[in-house]
Amino acid sequence: MEAFADVALLSRIQFALTVAYHFLFVPLSIGLGLILAINETRYYRSRKEEDAAATKFWVKVFTATFAIGVATGITMEFSFGTNWANYSRFVGDIFGAPLAAEALFAFFLESVFLGVLLFGRKRVSPKFYMVSAWLVWFGSCLSALWILIANSWMQTPAGGELNAAGNEAVITDFWAAAFNPSIFARYTHTVDALLIMGAFVAMAVAGWYMLKHRHSDFAMKTMRIAAVVGIVTSCAMIVFAHASAVVVWEEQPTKLAMMEGQYETEAPPLYAIGIVDEENQQVIAPFAIPGGTSFLATGTFDTEYPGLNDLAQTEEYSDMVVEDMPVGLVFQSYHIMVAMYGLIMITSILVLIFTFKGGRIRQMRWLQWLAVLSPLWPFIAIQTGWITAEVGRQPWVVYPSVSGPDGVSLLTVDGISMSVSAPELWLTMALFVVVYLILLIGWARVIGRFIKEGPVVDGSSTLDCQLGSDAVAEDVVVEDVVVVAEDAAAKGGE
Amino acid sequence: MFEFLSVLWFFLIFILIAGYFVLDGFDLGIGVLSPFIAKNGEERAILRRAIGPVWDGNEVWLLTAGGALFAAFPNAYATTFSGFYLAVMLVLFGLIVRAVSFEFGAADPSWRKLWDVCFFVGSLLPALLLGVAVGNIFAGIPMDAIGDYAGVPLLGLITPFTLLTGLLGLVMFLAAGACWAALKAPLPSPLQERAARLRLPLQVIALVLFVIVSVFALGLVGTEMDPALGVLRWLFAALVIVGLGASMMVGKMQGNDLKAFLAQSVAMIALVALLACSMFPTLVNATADSVGPAITIFNAASSELSLTCMTIITCIGLPLVLAYHVIIYRTFRGRVKPEDLQH
Repeated sequence: MEAFADVALLSRIQFALTVAYHFLFVPLSIGLGLILAINETRYYRSRKEEDAAATKFWVKVFTATFAIGVATGITMEFSFGTNWANYSRFVGDIFGAPLAAEALFAFFLESVFLGVLLFGRKRVSPKFYMVSAWLVWFGSCLSALWILIANSWMQTPAGGELNAAGNEAVITDFWAAAFNPSIFARYTHTVDALLIMGAFVAMAVAGWYMLKHRHSDFAMKTMRIAAVVGIVTSCAMIVFAHASAVVVWEEQPTKLAMMEGQYETEAPPLYAIGIVDEENQQVIAPFAIPGGTSFLATGTFDTEYPGLNDLAQTEEYSDMVVEDMPVGLVFQSYHIMVAMYGLIMITSILVLIFTFKGGRIRQMRWLQWLAVLSPLWPFIAIQTGWITAEVGRQPWVVYPSVSGPDGVSLLTVDGISMSVSAPELWLTMALFVVVYLILLIGWARVIGRFIKEGPVVDGSSTLDCQLGSDAVAEDVVVEDVVVVAEDAAAKGGE
Repeated sequence: MFEFLSVLWFFLIFILIAGYFVLDGFDLGIGVLSPFIAKNGEERAILRRAIGPVWDGNEVWLLTAGGALFAAFPNAYATTFSGFYLAVMLVLFGLIVRAVSFEFGAADPSWRKLWDVCFFVGSLLPALLLGVAVGNIFAGIPMDAIGDYAGVPLLGLITPFTLLTGLLGLVMFLAAGACWAALKAPLPSPLQERAARLRLPLQVIALVLFVIVSVFALGLVGTEMDPALGVLRWLFAALVIVGLGASMMVGKMQGNDLKAFLAQSVAMIALVALLACSMFPTLVNATADSVGPAITIFNAASSELSLTCMTIITCIGLPLVLAYHVIIYRTFRGRVKPEDLQH
C-alpha cells in the first residue's frame, strides 16, 4: 500500500488529528474564560458567597480544560519543525514572528494570571483577582489573534516576496503580512464561534442542574449570563460569517468552488443539502436557489464564477488536479457548519425568551434537555468550519490567493520533513492516539466530578465569606423557628 | 546592521534557553524528585503548591525560545526539530502528560497513581533529553545538502558524549529542584530537611559531570570555538564552578535556602552562557562526514527586516514578561503554609 509509506499524507493526517483535538479544548477555554470573568465581576460587585463559589466552579472547569489545551498546543508549535521542516524553511522569515509574539505577549499573560486565579484568592485583593480573570481571558483572545494571523497568512499571503533563490518567502512589510486580507474576517468569525461555544457549555451546565433540581440559583444565574452572551454572539455571527465568505469569494476561488461543489463556470447556486458526485463532477441536491450563492456574495443573482475545471487551466492554479480534489468533504463540511448555525440561532432565541420571560425555562424540561445537548452545535460547527478552511486550502499549504504576491505559495507535499520516515510517523501517530485518548478520558472524569460537586459554598474563599456563612446560618435558624412555630400551631389546632 | 541583528538574536535565543533552564529547571527537578522526597499526600501537596502558580509560565520560556528560533533562524529550527524527531516527540509527550497530570492529579483521587506516574515520567523525559539535544548540536550531526539530518533516527543521537550532557542537564535540574523544594517547604519539616540534604550530593555530581563534559568537549569532540571568546569561556566555566561551590557552602547553614537557590541558578545561567560562547556563531555543528555545512547565523538567519520586527516585538514584550514574573513570584513569595493547601 502506497498510502502507508506516504510521508506527506501521514504528516497531514497527524496534523489534522492533533489540531482538531487541540481545538476541542481551545474553544472551551476561550469561551468559558469569558463566562468566568463575568461571574467574577458579579462576585466583585455583590460579594455574595455563592457568587464566589460560582467563580470557583468555573475556575476549576476552566483550568482542567486550559491545561489540556496548553499541553496539546505545544504539539502544534513543535509540529512545524518536526513534521513540516521544508514549510518552516520556506515561511520562517514571515511565519515565525507571530508564533514568537504569541508566546511573548499572550502565553505569559495567560499562564501567570491563571496562577493567580488558581492559588491567589486569599493572597490578592478582590479587585486584583477580578482583573486577573479578565487578563486570562484577554490573553487567550490575544493568543488567538497571533495564531490566526499566522494561519490567515497561509490562506492569503501578503507583505512578502519570493527571494532570489526562489526557496524562501521573505518579509517586505510586517503590517501588511500581519493584517493580511483575511485576518479581520477570520479572527472575528473564529473568536465569535468560540464565545458561542462557551455560552452553550454554560447553558448545558445550567440546564443539567435544572433537570436534576440542584443548585437552582446558580443554574438560573448561569442561564441568564449564557442566554445573553449566546444571543449577542449568535447574532454577531451573521456579520462575521458573511465577511469570511466574502473574503473566500475574493481571494480563494478554488476553495469557494469546492464549498459549493462547482466544477463549471456559472453563477453559483445555493444548496441547503446535497451530495457531490466527484466522478461525474456534479452536485445532486433536492432543491437549489439558482444564483443564490452569487447573490449572497455580491448582491446579484447572475455574477458568474469560475469552476474548478476552468481554474485548473489558469497558471495560478495549474498545480491542482481536479479529479483529486476533496470536493465532497469540503462541500459537506461547509453545509454542516451552516446547518449547525441554524440550530445555534434557534437554541439561542428559545433560551433567551424563556429565561427572561419570568424564568419559565425552570419548568420546561424539553428546553432544559435542549440546553444540555446544545454544545454539540457549536462544537460540530467549529470542527467542520476548520475542515472547510483547511481542506479547502489544499493542495497548497501556502495558498496562491488572488491578491497574494507572485510566487509566494507552496504545495503541501513540498512542505514536509525529508528526514522523517513513515515508520517514525506511524509510531508517533500511535502514541498520539493512546496519550490523547487517556487525556480525554481523564478530562471527562475530572469535569464530570466538578459538575457533580457543583459550586460548593465552603466559606473559605475570602474574609467576606464569614459574613456570608453567618447569613446562611441565620436563614437556617429563621426557617427552623418558622417550622417550630408551624408545628406548634398545628398541635394547638389539634 | 544585519550582522549585528544576527549576533543579537543568537544570544537572545540562548538567553531564552537560560531563562527556561533556570525557571522550568526547578519544577522539572521537583517533578523527578517528588516520588523520592515526598513521603505522603500532604508532602506531595506541598511540592505541588510550591510550583503550582509558576510552572506554566516557566514552561512558556521554552515555547518562546522555540518560536524565536523559528522566526530568527528558520533553518536551525527546521533541522533540529525534524532531525531530532523522535527525541523531540518524547520531550513533547513528556511536557503534555506533565502539564495535564499536574492539574488532573489533585482533582481525581482514584486515578491519582496514574497521574503521579505521568508527572514523574513527564518531568524526567524533558529533563534528560534536553541535555542530550544540546550535546548533539554542540558535537555536531550529519546533514545533507539542504541541512536535513542524515543520521540514524533517535539512536544516532545517543553517544557517550551526548549521554553525559544529558546527565549533566538532568542533575542540574534535580539540584535546582532540591533547592526550590528546600526554599518553599515549611520550616521546620521533614520534607524541607530531606530536600536540603539532597542539594549537596546532587551539586557534587553536577560538578564532576561538568568537569568530565568539559574535558570531553575540549579533547575528544574537538568542536572549533571562536578564539575571540576564549576569555569569556574561561570566565563562565569558572562561574559554573563558583556558583555550584557557593551554593554548597551556603546550603550547609540553616536559613540560607534562598541564597543556595540563587547560587545554583547563577551556575545554570553560566553553563548556558558557556555553551553559547563555545558555539558562536554556530547553531548546529556538522560532523566530519556531514555533506551539508554547519548551520550558522550567517546561513540560517532571517532577513534584516524580519529580525528588526522581532527585535521591536521583544523590546515591547520582554519588559511585560519580566513584570508578570515579578508579580507572580512576589504574590506567592515565602514558604508554603498549611492553609495554602486548600485553594
